[in-house]
Amino acid sequence: MEFLFNLINGISLGSIYAIIALGYTMVYGIAKMLNFAHGDVIMVGGYISFCAIFYLELPPFIAVVLAMIVCTVLGIIIEGLAYKPLRDATSLAVLITAIGVSYFLQNSAQLIWGSASKSYISILQAEPIRLFEGQLTIKAEAVLTIIVCVIIMIALTLFVNKTKIGKAMRAVSEDKGAAQLMGINVNRTISTTFAIGSALAAVAGVLLCSSYPTLMPTTGSMPGIKAFTAAVFGGIGSIPGAMLGGILLGIIEIFAKVYVSMELSNAIVFAVLIIVLLFKPTGLLGKKISEKV
Amino acid sequence: MEKKLKLSAAAKSNTITYSMVTVAFILIYLLDMMDVLSNSLSGQLVPICAYIVMALSLNLTVGVLGELSLGHAGFMSVGAFVGVVVAGCMDGSPDILRFIVSMIVGGVFAGIAGLVIGVPVLRLRGDYLAIVTLAFGEIIKDIINCLYVGVDASGLKIAGSAEALVLGEGGKVLINGPIGAANVPKLSSFFAGFILIMLTLFVVLNLINSRAGRAIMALRDNRIAAESVGIPVTKYKLMAFITSAVLAGMAGVLFSMNFSTIVASKFDFNQSILVLMFVVLGGMGNMRGSIIAATVLTVLPELMRAFEDFRMLLYSVVLILVMIGTNNAKLKAMIGKYTGKITAVFKKRKGETK
Repeated sequence: MEFLFNLINGISLGSIYAIIALGYTMVYGIAKMLNFAHGDVIMVGGYISFCAIFYLELPPFIAVVLAMIVCTVLGIIIEGLAYKPLRDATSLAVLITAIGVSYFLQNSAQLIWGSASKSYISILQAEPIRLFEGQLTIKAEAVLTIIVCVIIMIALTLFVNKTKIGKAMRAVSEDKGAAQLMGINVNRTISTTFAIGSALAAVAGVLLCSSYPTLMPTTGSMPGIKAFTAAVFGGIGSIPGAMLGGILLGIIEIFAKVYVSMELSNAIVFAVLIIVLLFKPTGLLGKKISEKV
Repeated sequence: MEKKLKLSAAAKSNTITYSMVTVAFILIYLLDMMDVLSNSLSGQLVPICAYIVMALSLNLTVGVLGELSLGHAGFMSVGAFVGVVVAGCMDGSPDILRFIVSMIVGGVFAGIAGLVIGVPVLRLRGDYLAIVTLAFGEIIKDIINCLYVGVDASGLKIAGSAEALVLGEGGKVLINGPIGAANVPKLSSFFAGFILIMLTLFVVLNLINSRAGRAIMALRDNRIAAESVGIPVTKYKLMAFITSAVLAGMAGVLFSMNFSTIVASKFDFNQSILVLMFVVLGGMGNMRGSIIAATVLTVLPELMRAFEDFRMLLYSVVLILVMIGTNNAKLKAMIGKYTGKITAVFKKRKGETK
């Protein structure tokens, strides 16, 4: 029973990682850059929804939508101001800029909301679900997280495969130059990708803070890095890969916490990343890309 | 003929760097002797030296090797804690000997960590490499946080928890898990920091201007081309990375021996980013720039206490602007045009005075 309990917790945490990892994987697939600030967009989403619920006393659903809108706009602004001028720069320059953006968001949040942690109120005021005559209790948030993750995954797969914008995204990720020649607006496609990724980050922020209710300016950075690990684990650029990688990583983390060591759980998660990169650098579901000279 | 000229230009630039550091050291040393410096500033002298060494070391990885390391504080941490343990074991020996031995052993251990990390990591490229160095930095921090080290009559004892660390009569705890190391002997001094900076400069500048250094820079500029003319990639990458790790470890020893307590969480991701900031703002690959940036950016916040809250915000904005300004072709051309105009004005004036 304890095993099942941990497994469900792991899948729930993994679902959050999966949603964040989607943002990383889509941006990496299309703009070929590691958006280091993605984790901090999660934090912004958390704060916006917190303020909406706590100060404005809006219903949770509206708060989530508000957080998504703010994060979407934020994502587009970040892309336009910081990353667009660097489209042709080296990956080192882009990565350092992304770190700068990440720091900017963290420090702005610290100035606006203070560095003290706020205790987040769960968006779901529901009783935990009891199964097997009360032997197994599952938090309602865990169930919600898993459901939301599945819905997002299906919706996104349909979006990328069936719609025109999705087609443009796939084309840009295959070959930017060729896509441009075929009349695809590359800049707008990249902006759209950032917008979608940031909206997902807002959702992830709300779910993360509902399950782990401490909100700080640095709340997003660790889950962000771990979600990137998940994206790499599953194969960067692949949407099902992000889901698989996220959930596996969540399970590994919870099991490492329970059965190995509380303090070393992060180290174990990162060790997984290193091992994956060494033996299968393209991830579980990633494609092998040959190097151009 | 041309080659000779180039070498002498490098030598000239190196001499300027060495003399700049020496003059700055003598000046500040005299000021400190005369008690002109404020207390907080003279307390910052050794950390500044440690940060300069860190910046030079990271510049070797980022600017010369062209790979982004986000876990450099991890090497600093290894050096710092190994140094503390060595100094603890050598209790009773003369201070100078203790310091030098801890410095060497700390550097060697950081170098070993660099080797262990470098062999797998340097096979990766670009963003992956950056994120894995970050992961390693976190792993090092977590492991040191779970480490309990003590020394007694029978020798050094290492354990995974406070209870497991059983010490005999007269034994003392050197590293106490997440509480870190307390009662660290204060062996560092400004002079020692100066010597370490000079040593680091000597190592880094000589490496850059050697056959190996040119091979490393060729790898940075075009790995495939360098490989195709027969430059062994792994060997030279490892050489630069391990040198960088050793120097970072020594900086860690210098840093830790300036404070009475030291904790592993001090050497976190933020510390790595701070050092990266020095390197980027000083100019990647430019050693003199790193020294100046590390000094100015450590002293400035001390002088501007009122802006403490805005410091990191300002840093991040400057970091973004510098990256965009130096990497965007249009902006670069625009800046070039203005600086061109300014230099043209100066040249004209010079001509007029003549």
